[in-house]
Amino acid sequence: MKYMLLIYNDPAREPAFGTPEFQAMMEGYFALNGRMTADGVLRGGEGLKGVETATSLRIKAGKVETMDGPFAETKEHLGGYYVIEVADLDAALTYAALIPSAAFGTIEVRPLMDYNPAG
Amino acid sequence: MTTAASGALAATRALESLAREDRGRLLSALIARLRDFSLAEEALQDAMISAVSHWGRAGVPSAPLNWLLTVAYRKAIDRLRQSRSQARLASDLVPLLGEEADEEGSEMIPDHRLRLIFTCCHPAIEQKSQIALTLRTLGGLSTVEIARAFLDQEATMGQRLSRAKAKIAAARIPYAVPEPPEWPERLNAVLAVVYLIFNAGYSAGPVAGRDFAEEAIWLGRLLDRLRPSDAEIEGFCALMLLTHARRAARTDQNGVTIPLARQDRQLWDHTMIAEGLALVERALSRRQPGPYQIKAAIAACHCEGETSDWPQIVALYTTLLQHEPTAIVRLNRAVALAEVGELELGASELALLADALSDYQPFHAAQAELFARQGRTSEAMGAYARAIALAQTSADAGLLAQRRDALDV
Repeated sequence: MKYMLLIYNDPAREPAFGTPEFQAMMEGYFALNGRMTADGVLRGGEGLKGVETATSLRIKAGKVETMDGPFAETKEHLGGYYVIEVADLDAALTYAALIPSAAFGTIEVRPLMDYNPAG
Repeated sequence: MTTAASGALAATRALESLAREDRGRLLSALIARLRDFSLAEEALQDAMISAVSHWGRAGVPSAPLNWLLTVAYRKAIDRLRQSRSQARLASDLVPLLGEEADEEGSEMIPDHRLRLIFTCCHPAIEQKSQIALTLRTLGGLSTVEIARAFLDQEATMGQRLSRAKAKIAAARIPYAVPEPPEWPERLNAVLAVVYLIFNAGYSAGPVAGRDFAEEAIWLGRLLDRLRPSDAEIEGFCALMLLTHARRAARTDQNGVTIPLARQDRQLWDHTMIAEGLALVERALSRRQPGPYQIKAAIAACHCEGETSDWPQIVALYTTLLQHEPTAIVRLNRAVALAEVGELELGASELALLADALSDYQPFHAAQAELFARQGRTSEAMGAYARAIALAQTSADAGLLAQRRDALDV
């Protein structure tokens, strides 16, 4: 089953660029990427630029409304994601716990929808 | 009475006499094969209904559990046929039919209840739903009975159970016993659920004929049988037994709580205490200490001899703090310190917990007690008032009021 691991964190609590903590975090991500690839479970993943670069839109009465900012103003922002394919939720949680940002943010684990259940 | 009617009656009796053990086992075996909680429950229900008419006509089979499992299995296939495409059906049924053939004719149905309880108590499920699922699938309680215990509407509880089962399927929560690295933490989650069920029974007593404390003891014993020689499970069972054994002595005829030191020990269930004490000893002899074993050892110190062994209790709370460094354990240790004559030390330890436990009734009750012993009467009055305001049961409020009224103002 495929799961998306959504990485939420508060930028104020994230290690600052150039510090040893930042270096350790990046090494943690490189190690995890290597492990997921070696285990054959990695299906995708990206990091996102900060919410100050986000633009949101919705259609109201047929008119596109465009707004500056993310969907919800919260302290913790969606900062990136992985998509992995593993046997069950326990396996997905094991990888989620290896994401360095779990130490100061929150990882939300969501199964992906299967559009071809008869497959 | 007609033959048909007496046959149906015999069939109904045979079904009722199947221990609830059997229902849980059948369900656990069906889920293992079908990988679908709801389908397994519905199929088992269908099989029970079939049994009433079949057994009524043809007599109760020699291997009734196997009969139920086989029929439930066929009913599940019927339900799948009705709801799914032929292509999916073929891929679903081929492996399942092979398994069915292997077990024909024997009464050896597999017991997967340990997997079942770990799935019900998976941390990805909300705790209240963990409790409800455990009572429903392993304890065989009805949705109505569970709803009553939670003071919920039946429909609300039904939705809660459905949502939990849907999440197990959609997020693919595994149907498995966790492996060693996860085992202690996952076992703790299971024990926490059973202990909450026990506490629900402890504070409420029997609700509409169901004593949840006894349900919890039954679940604890089941865990001990499914996973023998686990020191924490043994300690956990001992803790429940040593607590439950005192139930008849816990309140007076007006329903007011009687503190342990003043309970009539004749009223304790001494057979249950002996069983609990033997279990604590067995658990501790395994030399794998854990929080439930220590709590059981503390309960044992209250039950052995004429009075509680307070010096030993202080030592045990000190050890428990290493496993559970919580304010509540510190509170209990402070009370035990006062009991061994360290009144000032106990009182000062207690004072440190004022912020953490400001809404916790036993904290204010303990503080009132220690103030009273120190002769600080007006402070004791204030603490009793706070404790009474926070008391969850009228039994506890009654005892606190008695103590406040006994203060020498």
